[in-house]
Amino acid sequence: MTDPVNTQLRSALNNQGRPTRPVKNAASVAPVTASGSYALDQQAKLIFEIGDLETTGVDLPEPKGGKSRLGTHARKAPIGLPGLSEPETMRHYVRLSQKNYAIDLGVYPLGSCTMKHNPRLNEKVARMPGFADVHPLQPVSTVQGALELMSELSHWLMTLCNMPAVALTPKAGAHGELCGMMAIRARLLADGQTQRTRVLVPESAHGTNPATAVQCGFTVDQIPASGNGRVDLDALKARIDSNPDDVAGIMLTNPNTCGLFERDIIEIADAIHAAGGYFYCDGANFNALVGRVRPGDLGVDAMHINLHKTFSTPHGGGGPGSGPTVLSEALMDYAPLPYVVKDGESFTLVENADDKSFGRMCAFHGQMGMYTRALTYMMSHGADGLKQATEDAVLNANYVQASLSDVMTPAFGGVCMHEALFDDRFLKDTGVETIDFAKAMIDEGYHPMTMYFPLVVHGAMLIEPTESESKQELDRFIGSVRHLAERAQEARETGDTDMFKQAPVYAPMRRLDETQAARKPVLRWIKTNEDLKLISF
Amino acid sequence: MRYLPLSESDRTQMLDVIGVASVDALFEDVPKSARLSDLVDLPQHASEQSVERHMAKLSAKSVSAGSVPFFCGAGAYRHHIPATVDHLIQRSEFLTAYTPYQPEVSQGTLMSLFEFQSQVAALTGMDVANASMYDGSTACAEAVVMAHRVARGKKAKAVLAPGLHPHYAAATQTLASTLGIEINERDCRPGRDDNVISHLDGDTACVVVQSPNVFGEIVDLQPIADAAHEAGALLIAVFTEPVALAAITPPGEQGADIVVGEGQGLGVGLNFGGPHVGLFACTQKLVRQMPGRVCGETVDANGERGFVLTLSTREQHIRREKATSNICTNSGLCALAFTIHMTLLGEAGITRLAALNHEAACDLAERLEAIDGVELVNDTFFNEFTLRLNRPAADVVDALADKGILGGVPLTRIQPDGDEHLLLVCATETNDEHDFEAFEMTLAEVLA
Repeated sequence: MTDPVNTQLRSALNNQGRPTRPVKNAASVAPVTASGSYALDQQAKLIFEIGDLETTGVDLPEPKGGKSRLGTHARKAPIGLPGLSEPETMRHYVRLSQKNYAIDLGVYPLGSCTMKHNPRLNEKVARMPGFADVHPLQPVSTVQGALELMSELSHWLMTLCNMPAVALTPKAGAHGELCGMMAIRARLLADGQTQRTRVLVPESAHGTNPATAVQCGFTVDQIPASGNGRVDLDALKARIDSNPDDVAGIMLTNPNTCGLFERDIIEIADAIHAAGGYFYCDGANFNALVGRVRPGDLGVDAMHINLHKTFSTPHGGGGPGSGPTVLSEALMDYAPLPYVVKDGESFTLVENADDKSFGRMCAFHGQMGMYTRALTYMMSHGADGLKQATEDAVLNANYVQASLSDVMTPAFGGVCMHEALFDDRFLKDTGVETIDFAKAMIDEGYHPMTMYFPLVVHGAMLIEPTESESKQELDRFIGSVRHLAERAQEARETGDTDMFKQAPVYAPMRRLDETQAARKPVLRWIKTNEDLKLISF
Repeated sequence: MRYLPLSESDRTQMLDVIGVASVDALFEDVPKSARLSDLVDLPQHASEQSVERHMAKLSAKSVSAGSVPFFCGAGAYRHHIPATVDHLIQRSEFLTAYTPYQPEVSQGTLMSLFEFQSQVAALTGMDVANASMYDGSTACAEAVVMAHRVARGKKAKAVLAPGLHPHYAAATQTLASTLGIEINERDCRPGRDDNVISHLDGDTACVVVQSPNVFGEIVDLQPIADAAHEAGALLIAVFTEPVALAAITPPGEQGADIVVGEGQGLGVGLNFGGPHVGLFACTQKLVRQMPGRVCGETVDANGERGFVLTLSTREQHIRREKATSNICTNSGLCALAFTIHMTLLGEAGITRLAALNHEAACDLAERLEAIDGVELVNDTFFNEFTLRLNRPAADVVDALADKGILGGVPLTRIQPDGDEHLLLVCATETNDEHDFEAFEMTLAEVLA
């Protein structure tokens, strides 16, 4: 019997034996490969399955032996750590990397995460020896450049916020929240206001807000959102007035998690202050304001700044972040240790002994590696570029919202700030749910938007394009999302939701069973194959 | 403005589509009194070359550890990091990805986290580990809060050992104070860690013991674990140097319930104190009380093995005010660096690295102890030890720095009311014979 594909192949080989044009119907003969790899999609096992206890990728001299001051504590049992040679290590992690989506690959429109371009100059500067290869406890006289950089960063952040102080040490956004709320707590204790334990938190808040308030020993009073996606000022005042004496403060994100500016923010701040409480602003969305609005002009007492969102330090697959926290006059004396003080031409570090400081939040001076990157970014942009970046971020979000409004359902009317929020009304009766829609975006080559957050909107889809996207890229993205929205509408008639329910089909993996993962947690490698050279745990 | 792709004509077209005349209209919700009319008072944009030049000047104003004989430890350690590590963590797909909430397009991050958790569990001798914390000190603080939660808030006390790094104790105090957890008074002096047993009572949720401790002494954890368990308390074992665990009996084999520590020594540079990477491991029994992100194994719709973030019902984005912690972002890229460095080393490499570190410290201790006015405080140590000097250690360290040697950390730098004659000294595989000679001669000179 003649094999049509082979016949076709034979008729179209060049003199090296390679086909000279694509084989028709190639998909129908797509083979299951013996290797488990599919061209550029390379199979990757765990190091525990490919390494062994003898191999090492590092050349170290032979220890001389003989001396030990370990006493009776020398390790006796093997550890169970597989090693790989250098080329194997390189290949393993490059293969793993290729199973990740990334900003550098395409649009990453995760609302509230500000996935903007990460300039590589930042990386170069962070690796300069005077920042990367200095010990946190070297004599202060030997780290003047590092302290000067911290001082410069502080100046930029305080100027952009119009706030008199900034605590640099918090190691991420949630750590910054802790910093701000602890400063509020310390001030209340200092004033003998121990009965002030209630913190108002809108229900649209990031989950970290209520978690932080509780971790600081406060109780959370949840404020419902109004119909226009913002805090209802009258309702808030009523909640304060129910017992103004126990109000410690409010935790409010601005622009809020619906991507909207809180129009009554100054009145909200005034109401909280009048009751004797403090205003904590979650700065996760500061990218909508830099250079155009200063939190200090809005009555904010404390706000963390995510250097890994607003100021372009890389997210790194989940950190490290950095959460410097600006503080008002009322709170600045309670800032955590340590901090940098300029003393004439030199810089000193205040690490101990301070009357009012609420104490130390971490071992050393915070995230130096993020300070260098953030300052490099800010100096590159300058006052003019930072303002332009903010405007472009807001422009891009509104462009996306305007371009999708006829096929999707914006959660609220009017302009948005740096992110556009849609709900799932447009998917009603289509059989397609928010998660299916998001997974179909993966097949289109995009990272999904933030889903099911904020909680105040049904089936929420929060799109934050950032200023890093060109119009051309946005148009392509909008085209894809429109295409999906239209296919979803068709499904209402045809009942065929496969392209959504099966999605993703082009990703390195199909949809994963998260229920099984949580029910029977397997959180580490356990030997299952007797042939492996590794010891069993 | 090299980071901004929009042209003026793009902007105009886009405003048209939105249906507004200018970008100002997009900011109309901002109260008038808070709208900035001018640029903020900061310099204008700058070229890559000029920013780099400015930063290089700042960098040159510090003395980098690699440029001088260097002997500082006390919570941050200088090891050689293979070039492969830094190359791999700068790959776009790792560097510029978010938290792996979409597992279908995040298997790279997730698989490396699974490897990380497996390595940390193996190194500490524990059942499970999480996907990292900010650093060792915040991991320690979170562990105390976790122990409080395990005791359902019914036990008010946490007992911290005298040899716990003072910064770890301070970070723990800060977090614990807000939750009404009582922390004992500590006298941060060498040789007293088993004193914690005398503090144990029915109201104790946990004891926190560091080994090797801040003075470098290796602590026998088993008797403390036994006493803690008898009193119904958990043992939280702490370490600041991950390489040490390759040389000494791991805390998991000595009865620890939770093990926390600093992972910076592997894969992550000094970075002036951050970012570092907190390691957090515990027994299987406690896993649902553990803070932080966790990666777990599962299958996809085709039945293929894959990995996801799991047990998220402990976490703030689901559980809100009832979460086990407020932590969200952790130290992902540093955890990746740790894992790659550990993979390059393997069992054979990490064991040899540990032996070389120990040998370096033994050599250095022998040389320094022979100097007049120097006394070695430790009975045991791994790669750092404590010296008692005949003069205040802070002055000695300054004098050494003036002569181009970064000769350790005076105890008073981290514990202001501590013994001013104590100097914490660390040696690693990065030190060579020349470093040792220079340190020995100069210290003798300074003390003479």
